[in-house]
Amino acid sequence: MRRFLLVIAITIVGLIFISRLFYLQIYSEGVHDIFSDNALRKVYDYPKRGFVFDRNGELLVSNQPSYDVMFIPREVKPLDTTEFCRLLKIERPRFKEIFEKAYRYSPWLPSVFIPHLSKEDYASLQEKMRKFEGFYIQKRSLRHYETTIGANVLGDIGEVNDAIIARDPYYKMGDLIGKQGIETSYEKTLRGVKGLKVIQKDRFNRDLGPYKDGIYDTLPKPGSDITITIDAQLQAYGELLMQNKHGGIIAIEPATGEILTMVSTPTYNPNLLVGRNRSVNFSKLYNDSINKPLYDRGLQAMYPPGSPFKILNALIGLQEGVVTTQDRFYCNHGYSYGGRKMGCHGHASPLAMNGGIYNSCNAYFANVYRRIIDKTKSPGTGLDVWSEHVKSFGLGNYLNNDLSVGQPGKIPTSKTYDQLYGKNRWGSTFNLSNAIGQGEVLTTPIQLANMTAAIANRGYYYTPHIIKNIEGHTIDTKYTTRNQTTIDKEHFEPIIQGMFDVYNLGTAAGVRVNGIEICGKTGTAENFVKVDGRRMQLTDHSIFIAFAPKDNPKIALAVFVENGYWGARFAGKIASLLIEKYINDTITRTDMEDYLLKHTLEHEYAKPYSGQAFGINKNTTLEVVDEPEYKQLKELLNQLNSRSKKSPEFKKNQGANL
Amino acid sequence: MITEASKYYKFDWITILLFLLLVGFGWLNIVSASHVGETINYFDFSQPYGKQLMFIFLTIGLIILILAVESKFYERFSSVIYIISMLSLVGLFVFGKSVNGATSWYGIGGMTLQPSEFAKAATALAVAKYVSDLNTDLKRVKDQIAVFTIIAIPALLVLLQKDAGSTLVYGSFLFVLYREGISPIYLILLLMLIVICLFSLKFGSIITSIIITIGVLIHHFTRRRKPLLIQPISIILISILISFGVRYFYDNILPFHQKDRITIWLSLEKDPAKLERMKKTIAYNLNESEKAISSGGLTGKGFLEGTRTTGKFVPEQHTDYIFSTVGEEWGFIGSSGVVIVFILLFLRILHLAELQRSQFSRMYGYGVASIFFMHFFINIGMVMGVIPTIGIPLPMFSYGGSGLWGFAILLFIFVKLDSDRINQW
Repeated sequence: MRRFLLVIAITIVGLIFISRLFYLQIYSEGVHDIFSDNALRKVYDYPKRGFVFDRNGELLVSNQPSYDVMFIPREVKPLDTTEFCRLLKIERPRFKEIFEKAYRYSPWLPSVFIPHLSKEDYASLQEKMRKFEGFYIQKRSLRHYETTIGANVLGDIGEVNDAIIARDPYYKMGDLIGKQGIETSYEKTLRGVKGLKVIQKDRFNRDLGPYKDGIYDTLPKPGSDITITIDAQLQAYGELLMQNKHGGIIAIEPATGEILTMVSTPTYNPNLLVGRNRSVNFSKLYNDSINKPLYDRGLQAMYPPGSPFKILNALIGLQEGVVTTQDRFYCNHGYSYGGRKMGCHGHASPLAMNGGIYNSCNAYFANVYRRIIDKTKSPGTGLDVWSEHVKSFGLGNYLNNDLSVGQPGKIPTSKTYDQLYGKNRWGSTFNLSNAIGQGEVLTTPIQLANMTAAIANRGYYYTPHIIKNIEGHTIDTKYTTRNQTTIDKEHFEPIIQGMFDVYNLGTAAGVRVNGIEICGKTGTAENFVKVDGRRMQLTDHSIFIAFAPKDNPKIALAVFVENGYWGARFAGKIASLLIEKYINDTITRTDMEDYLLKHTLEHEYAKPYSGQAFGINKNTTLEVVDEPEYKQLKELLNQLNSRSKKSPEFKKNQGANL
Repeated sequence: MITEASKYYKFDWITILLFLLLVGFGWLNIVSASHVGETINYFDFSQPYGKQLMFIFLTIGLIILILAVESKFYERFSSVIYIISMLSLVGLFVFGKSVNGATSWYGIGGMTLQPSEFAKAATALAVAKYVSDLNTDLKRVKDQIAVFTIIAIPALLVLLQKDAGSTLVYGSFLFVLYREGISPIYLILLLMLIVICLFSLKFGSIITSIIITIGVLIHHFTRRRKPLLIQPISIILISILISFGVRYFYDNILPFHQKDRITIWLSLEKDPAKLERMKKTIAYNLNESEKAISSGGLTGKGFLEGTRTTGKFVPEQHTDYIFSTVGEEWGFIGSSGVVIVFILLFLRILHLAELQRSQFSRMYGYGVASIFFMHFFINIGMVMGVIPTIGIPLPMFSYGGSGLWGFAILLFIFVKLDSDRINQW
């Protein structure tokens, strides 16, 4: 018996091995992955990336050829490196560095030697190319921006990283993908589908012809052109007016929810992120932590909305029946409650709703807000009802649209205060700041613009979106579906009249534009910054919301100018000018244009980093740009005006209104 | 009467043929796994395949030398050979050269020599010599301890040189001792130990303990002649101790890279994303090796046509992972053919061993078969993911002079011993 143990063990192991081989080689051999088989050369045929047009048919983004110098390390034969480096404009050590890195990656696989050669460099290299064995040129298509504006809208494309490749098998090393803006949100539409040719190689890396007669080969599908809702002229004008100021502008067409303008400043020229210098420029922009040019202030910045938010409180008061348009409230330079006082500026008293709005009376809205919250015995219920109304205007949550970035903002509920103070241990006076758009309320400019659009529409909005038309496709129905607010239509008229009077009698009388019935609301918002652990108050943000014309509104917008002080000082002027530009195309208030080009807020932004004591609000000064820069901006404005022409579509719409 | 002519036929030509078949085929695969570029100059001694060809020629010389020596020499001088071999292992601590973390080589000129490859044959000789001594009785504990010591010395020395794979090979002597009459309890205990360890790692110590307790108790109460209760209880206690001990060892003591190998082998990682990541990093070799074998299909891609082999996808492919080249280029037919040829060789050696009239020759033959088998089992098992990753060469196949000479010496001493039996027929 003893002599058979080893024999049996050997036989069993033999059987196990053969069955394992059977499993590996026969049973699971079917899953042959052509992409990881290095015996097959995969050649991709990249289709044309879709063009981008603005709403008036102006071409914004097209393509340009770019040439990558490729090489297969093992196939490189001795060459005149001095000449080669001179042609490629690189140093000798760099040559060695790139070569060795690629050799380590794989001696047999192609690597990029120098990406994105310019046309000129390519031309001089091309003639000599046959002298450099193992090197070859691969043509690729890069973006070409036909404009210098809208970097935050248009975005850019860049090479995929490992994380993307791991997530989506479509992308292979070296492929380009949208990185920001519409290039990201419409990546699949714009890029199309690349074609594939699988070619059998022999062990000497020679092509033997199509693999399995080309059953895996596919044809490329070109990317679709898209038209975006942006009005390039208006966008350029907005960006110009925002020069030397930080902030955001969002303009929406209320009847459709189409975003007309989406400005975020400081911005940059989108062509910086194309070609050979992309990574250098990108790091520069990325690392600018003071100006944050890659941060889209119109979409991502959450500010306290300030006084424009009062409009919502008035609407909610009417809807809940706790106040009528005739109810008057006293204001004694503010509103006193429980030993505290919410201040207000000087104006007539008492005020009914109309006067409350155009005077932006804090005391008036404190009263309204308390009535809303204290409608029932439980402030929790009151606050939640209030919160629901506010959220129905698209505030306090992501808009869920086709923009690559966004922020939810913040609208408190009873839970917020239960956590802060304990259940039933708070009342309307604990959060009275919500009445005037401070406190726990935070919104992004696009949310505020959308709120304005909903008011302009008298009670509904379309989700703000940037896509107008996709070649050969229809756009998502969620952009053509009305979102109804919880406020009944009839409550809007008195409020809109109040906003109209802001321009006639109130805080924005100075920024009036003759011939256009604009409704608006000024705002200022206190704000703080933390630098090196010290919390400092800065000059208030200048805020303005507006829509026009009063009946059949064409444009609704929100303007935020960081540290611009009061609403009409900067934001109001910008809003009025954009409205005039969009509706009339010619500017009558050139005095405001001049004012905006001339004045800078850069000194405000430098204050917290100066390390010195500084004054804010009343103690701040207004500074002008130096003469050469002013001239330059003026020149830009002239250029803009000379290019300005009304689109046929715009004229048609205007004609219908007359 | 022995004529001059019949002397050539006294060796077992079947064994020799199988050996040469494996060496030759192994070399072809080394060519595949190590060639670079378009041209192959088989005598380019700067390339692994060229060097290996030189090693093979040297091996043939070595074999002639071994067969020329009187067979009594091996039996008589086995103790001396063993002692010299052990000294060469000890010497590594002083003069050894470190390669990949293991201090297992002597550097002589431009060459390296790995004494542990020769220690296996020396140990096989010493064990055979000691047990075949008339004064030795394997039933006696004292003699058992002596034999285990002979085996344990080289096993521990190579373990200290961080060559855990070779240590395991010495475990194969258990087959030899079992054949010669050692109690089966050792094998049973070893088997139980392995089972308990694997169970504890895979299903946890508590479940394992419960199963052991129930099993032992059922066995105890169904026995007709019941021993004292202390016996099953102590078995249970020791098993539970081992179960928790191995768990503790795995969690807290085992070095990370070894722990990960076991984790992969037993699929202990629950998170599929993490497991996938582990496959791409620490189990990269295994993963690539399995893919290469798998891509071979039924007939393979052909000599020098293996795309993963040519692309150098499998690291260490011409040494420990040589079998993946066989799998890719020769397919299921070729690789199961190799498995069968190996098994035929082992069975042939065992068959010859049983025919030996001296206990020394028989034991030595068993030792040879066991050592070869252990290498075969661990190497191919590892390359196909049947057992956890343990670095050990595949006899006759893996690149390396020391390995090839070690295996040739091991085998041809037996061929020589066996030829004596034929001569005396």
